[in-house]
Amino acid sequence: MSTATAPVRRNAKVGRHVFFRILRCEGPGKPSQWQEFRIPIPENANVISCLQQIAANPVTTDGQTVTPVVWDAGCLEEVCGACTMVINGKVRQSCSCLIDEYAPNEGDVITLEPMSKFPVVRDLWVDRSRLFHNLARVKAWVPIDGTYDLGAGPKETPASQATHYVLSTCMSCGCCLEACPQFNLEPDSANWDTAFIGAHAISQARLFNDHPTGRELKDERLDALMGEGGINDCGNAQNCVKVCPKHIPLTESIAVIGRQTTMHAIAQFFRGR
Amino acid sequence: MSQHRVIVVGGGLAGLAAAVRIAEGGTPVDLFSVVPVKRSHSVCAQGGINACNEVARQQGYSEYEHFDETIYGGDFLADQHPVLEMANWAPRIIDLLDRMGVPFNRTGEGYRDLRLFGGSLFKRTHFAGATTGQQLIYALDEQVRRYASEGKVHKYEFWEFLWPVIEDGRCVGIAAQDMRTMQIRAFRADAVVMATGGCGLVFGKSTNSVICTGAAAARCFRAGVWYGNPEMIQVHPTAIPGADKLRLMSESARGEGGRVWVPRKAKDPRAPKDIPESERWYFLEEKYPAYGNIVPRDIATREIFDVCVNQGMGVYGENQVYLDLTHKDPDYLTRKLGGILEIYEKFVGEDPRFTPMKIFPAVHYSMGGLWTTYTKGSYNPHTALTKHKSGSPAPIDAKVGQGMQLGAPNNSMTNVPGLYAFGEVNFAYHGANRLGANALLSCIFDGLFCGVSVLNYIKNEAPGKNPADALPAGAYDAVVAQETAKMKRLLEGAKPGNAADPSTNPYVIGKELGDEMTAACTVVRTESRLRQCQAKLAELRERFARVRLADNAGWTNQAFGYARSIGDMLILAEAIALGALERKESRGAHYRSDFEQRDDANYMKTTLARHQGDATTVEFVPIDASLILPTARTYGKKDSSPTRPAKEPAAV
Repeated sequence: MSTATAPVRRNAKVGRHVFFRILRCEGPGKPSQWQEFRIPIPENANVISCLQQIAANPVTTDGQTVTPVVWDAGCLEEVCGACTMVINGKVRQSCSCLIDEYAPNEGDVITLEPMSKFPVVRDLWVDRSRLFHNLARVKAWVPIDGTYDLGAGPKETPASQATHYVLSTCMSCGCCLEACPQFNLEPDSANWDTAFIGAHAISQARLFNDHPTGRELKDERLDALMGEGGINDCGNAQNCVKVCPKHIPLTESIAVIGRQTTMHAIAQFFRGR
Repeated sequence: MSQHRVIVVGGGLAGLAAAVRIAEGGTPVDLFSVVPVKRSHSVCAQGGINACNEVARQQGYSEYEHFDETIYGGDFLADQHPVLEMANWAPRIIDLLDRMGVPFNRTGEGYRDLRLFGGSLFKRTHFAGATTGQQLIYALDEQVRRYASEGKVHKYEFWEFLWPVIEDGRCVGIAAQDMRTMQIRAFRADAVVMATGGCGLVFGKSTNSVICTGAAAARCFRAGVWYGNPEMIQVHPTAIPGADKLRLMSESARGEGGRVWVPRKAKDPRAPKDIPESERWYFLEEKYPAYGNIVPRDIATREIFDVCVNQGMGVYGENQVYLDLTHKDPDYLTRKLGGILEIYEKFVGEDPRFTPMKIFPAVHYSMGGLWTTYTKGSYNPHTALTKHKSGSPAPIDAKVGQGMQLGAPNNSMTNVPGLYAFGEVNFAYHGANRLGANALLSCIFDGLFCGVSVLNYIKNEAPGKNPADALPAGAYDAVVAQETAKMKRLLEGAKPGNAADPSTNPYVIGKELGDEMTAACTVVRTESRLRQCQAKLAELRERFARVRLADNAGWTNQAFGYARSIGDMLILAEAIALGALERKESRGAHYRSDFEQRDDANYMKTTLARHQGDATTVEFVPIDASLILPTARTYGKKDSSPTRPAKEPAAV
């Protein structure tokens, strides 16, 4: 059923081979090492389809038989965030990384590394639990009364929906965290509540602070973001917004939350608590 | 006093909705998922979620018409009462999602916007851009995160379901494995909800995520749970071909005005924009004047398949047709369909706002799944009514409990007490063909409506007197031992280098399985091809018994997990092929070129598959069609041959 063809991208050589240099690691605490694979490139290939080829017959360029490369993947259409890794030095989803664009010529090299800001589980698979933990730190939800039938939610203008929709497309991939100089590897979960929370969680706080019901928890979110590892740890490098695959205006969210925390601090000062 | 617990397996829409409803009811939930739940396959749903709404209602639409459309769309294979209840609940579900903060698209005045979708003449599809599934699952993920932070839900992410623990004829827990540490252990529960989705990977490349192996359902099937309508596999008409998967191009592209066409001249070498209107063949609009491009999926798929494969009229002589949106305002398209147009642009390199997309059908959804039962509701007319006339007054209002009795413990329960199936893995709602934007609905409906049934089962039936945490350990230990032995056998002799032998390489076996199933069990099926398929499956099973892995690691061994699931997929594949072979008629997605007619007398019945010992058998059992009489499903087709001509409708 897959016989239809998409156009071959301009300049990509048909029938070429590409080298994959992959940083491998057997598990936590184990050393990392590079392995190289030479892969024939079919039409419409992406990094995922090449990793699938490697998994089916893992033999390195120098003829060594090895174990299949381990990596995390899900939807393969850049909407689940699972297959994020560092490709040629830049963090992105591997499913939307097309070989014709990255390696159009015979003998081109693509390097694959696991994200560096999360503990490696094995090879290219990292443990991003902390990313989800940080969503709970800012109570990134609408505190509804329950699932009973209580009628419709609040009305919303199309302009407001457009703003919220973009913020709500964050797929928790971790690109913004990988690129952030303030967000560092922290394998010990005991330190997560005081380490920098990251742009993704700040942006979600903005989304829920702006929802008529979500606003109910605004003070608690801002308290969390004013504490250790909160918004003050942001160094304003602005790398996050540049690598976000969904073009979420993360720096704008940081600025909005910055203003909200300032107002919140002033209000606290005058309330005396 | 012991504390009851419920296990939910699967963290997509159905599993999350169930977890929320059960935790809210006061029973703690252990939620198992092979991925962080936010990354479940529900994120891939694009187009929207159907529900009767005020605008449509004031034009004559009703929950009842939604019900009627779903039955007709499913070609009269579903038991009708559960479908009625689902349609009745749909508006309430939209309201709830709205309250949870789903950013549904809005009208100028701030109401929820609506779009047209397959199988309906009314706008009744609610949407959030073209990533509706993603937005819905995020809303439920957030609610579950809230409950998790309150200790009411415990998530086991990257844990794989291995087997149900069945003791004294009821399900009392599961065995699961941590995919990182490889630890296998048993978990006790008073009820288990399977919400594990579909089985696209049985067909190799499909629109599904890589996790949609169907292995969890297959394991239940092997443990004695019945499977309904395995042969009913939806092939979506519009997908983008790729080397690793076939990416969905949502039906909403047609709902928003997208037109399907090919050049009237075969192998026309011109670019699409150089082909004048008069030389384009809008074959769906021509054949189906009323529904046009929004005929249901099975029909659109067969027509595209016919145009390309049988008539050789595909674009540039290949298996592809145009899906054209270029006549629409680009800004409008960005607003309504941005997410999917971006996918096309990203993966194909052309902007669909200005160049027609090239698409072809791909395996998308399983209407079949674990067999479930229910308790009928209060609406039981003396005789079934004829098909509802679109836009006419509904015979009933949409009260709770007309279709299914709210809270009855057996709603969406499998043949094993205490074991439920929700969402795509439940066979109940979509008959022989699912209408677009009804899947998200059935997932959330199962979770919310049948979640109450789970709570009542625990309170009022066996677990009430005999809770799982007081049971002896024997049954749990036995299942852990069984799964540990299975792992040992698969890892025996595993070493790098084994991959060189294709006959025992799990990835090669998996690929051959996908190719075979796609060739034999999708758009067109015949007895001879299905028999050939069965022989191939037998060969693959024999090879799988000798499978050899290239990785012997006791830590995060993905090759092992994959290989184990191949064994389960082979069992499911056999059920699919057997159902397709035994159903000697054509109905919905199941088209037999050697039995082109629908045969209500013999086959307006559920295909009930059982797996015993090492053999799968099927039988056909009657459905409850006491609400709507079957009628020919033509969608107003113009030419002489109806799409799926019925024999005389059987008396019901």
